[in-house]
Amino acid sequence: MDRFLFLTMDGVTRGTIYAAFALALVLIWRGTRVVNFAQGAMAVATVYIAYSVSGATGSYWLGFASALVGAALLGAVIELVVARRVHDAPPLNAIVVAIGLVLFLQAVLGMIYTNEYLAFPAPFSQNAVFAGVSPYDVFVFGVVVALLGVLTWLFTRTPLGLRMRASAFAPEVSRLLGVDVALMRTLGWVLAAVVGSLAALLVIPTELGLHPTAMDDVFVAAFTAAVVGGLDSPAGAVLGGLIVGVLLSYVGGYVRSDATPLAVLGLLVVVLLVRPGGLFAVPSARRV
Amino acid sequence: MAPLLEVENLTCGYGPVEVLRNVSLSVERGSVLAVLGANGAGKTTLLRTLSGLIRPTAGRIVFDGADVRGVAVEKLVRRGIAHVPEGRGVVAELTVDENLRLGGLWRRDRADAQAALAEVYELFEPLARRRRSVGHQLSGGERQMLSVGRALVARPSLLLLDEPSLGLAPRVTAQILALLAQRCESTGLTVLLVEQNVRSALSIADHGVVLSVGEVAMSAPAARLKDDDDLRHAYLGF
Repeated sequence: MDRFLFLTMDGVTRGTIYAAFALALVLIWRGTRVVNFAQGAMAVATVYIAYSVSGATGSYWLGFASALVGAALLGAVIELVVARRVHDAPPLNAIVVAIGLVLFLQAVLGMIYTNEYLAFPAPFSQNAVFAGVSPYDVFVFGVVVALLGVLTWLFTRTPLGLRMRASAFAPEVSRLLGVDVALMRTLGWVLAAVVGSLAALLVIPTELGLHPTAMDDVFVAAFTAAVVGGLDSPAGAVLGGLIVGVLLSYVGGYVRSDATPLAVLGLLVVVLLVRPGGLFAVPSARRV
Repeated sequence: MAPLLEVENLTCGYGPVEVLRNVSLSVERGSVLAVLGANGAGKTTLLRTLSGLIRPTAGRIVFDGADVRGVAVEKLVRRGIAHVPEGRGVVAELTVDENLRLGGLWRRDRADAQAALAEVYELFEPLARRRRSVGHQLSGGERQMLSVGRALVARPSLLLLDEPSLGLAPRVTAQILALLAQRCESTGLTVLLVEQNVRSALSIADHGVVLSVGEVAMSAPAARLKDDDDLRHAYLGF
């Protein structure tokens, strides 16, 4: 029973991180109909910023903040310089460009920081104090819940959120109503990059360490989470993240730990076969 | 006074296909111009060009004394052109209230944007009852009211209306057009209306222009178009 509780709590904590990362994918998908395969590499790049800034200043939090600012800039630059150019092109172009971006970012990071695993410590103790939960787990959980609160508020309560949603659903109509859709798209990338960076900052201390490919596995898990929830649904992404997190924790704990990558792909295949729109797919409204 | 909108020798198309050829027309301030014509005559293309969605290949568009050719869509809205697209363009995933608010978000005068929103709810009562409903739950008539109302929230000087009768019961169309006519009367709103349904368009128009395969075939006061049997037979088919 203890083991079950432990695995569940561990799965939920990891699941919240997958949820955050899946949200980043959903944010870009909704605005541009592109799965940003470079999300992981972009997020890792920002954690390297945190690594450098923390190393130079000795403050985890300064590094944390610089990573988020760097993510916003990186998101804007990539949208303006690269993503914007493939927006009206066939979907395959965007995928090829994203994969190119992954290779580029990983190569540059490898050149600057080497391909060794670097230590990127957590700001709180990772030793369990109660029911397998550590102070760091509580921190992760709190950050993700706060993130969800802020995003919900932004999208449902602010004029900017209304503009962003309208641009995603109906770009041409939004332009006719005076919304700068191109700007909203850039802001969508900025927001997604920041959310992705946050997820990476939270997850890397729980893994082997900082490496140019450190987010690859998380990307696959989060992508599966987003598909499970339906790529269009932020709420679905969160629930999908939790489902994937808990499932992987059980597979790792009860079956064997090296079976988890297989389990993720298995889940992805099953969902795509049985319910390709995701568990929470809403029948798309007919536009008359 | 100069007309609010003057179009001179407008030519445009998609790639090598010319949809409009040398179209000239003008709309007087406070009047309703009906652009009539069969399917494929270029009516929708004309509206999309006027609102900036399509760039013309030749010709001039003068709005409120300024050449607006090549001005971005989002900027034209701020100058006072509101375009209600064909198929109504309600954002189906947003609520009635969100759709309406969206229409006034660009305005700096927040108080007046609020007032305009309240006026739209007063003008189109069914919308006030369905504030929280999502776009795809609305009936066709309610959607049309929502699109027109959303355009009015911007307090435009020129309203471009694409086929407001499409898919609606004649009674509902008549009701919406009557409300619109009343609005024009009270605020001096200028309307350019594109319609296949000639009868309903001419019921509120002051002037009519008939487009035929991309060219202006006829331009006359609405009363004359209504009464001239030969004309109606030749171009309007009834």
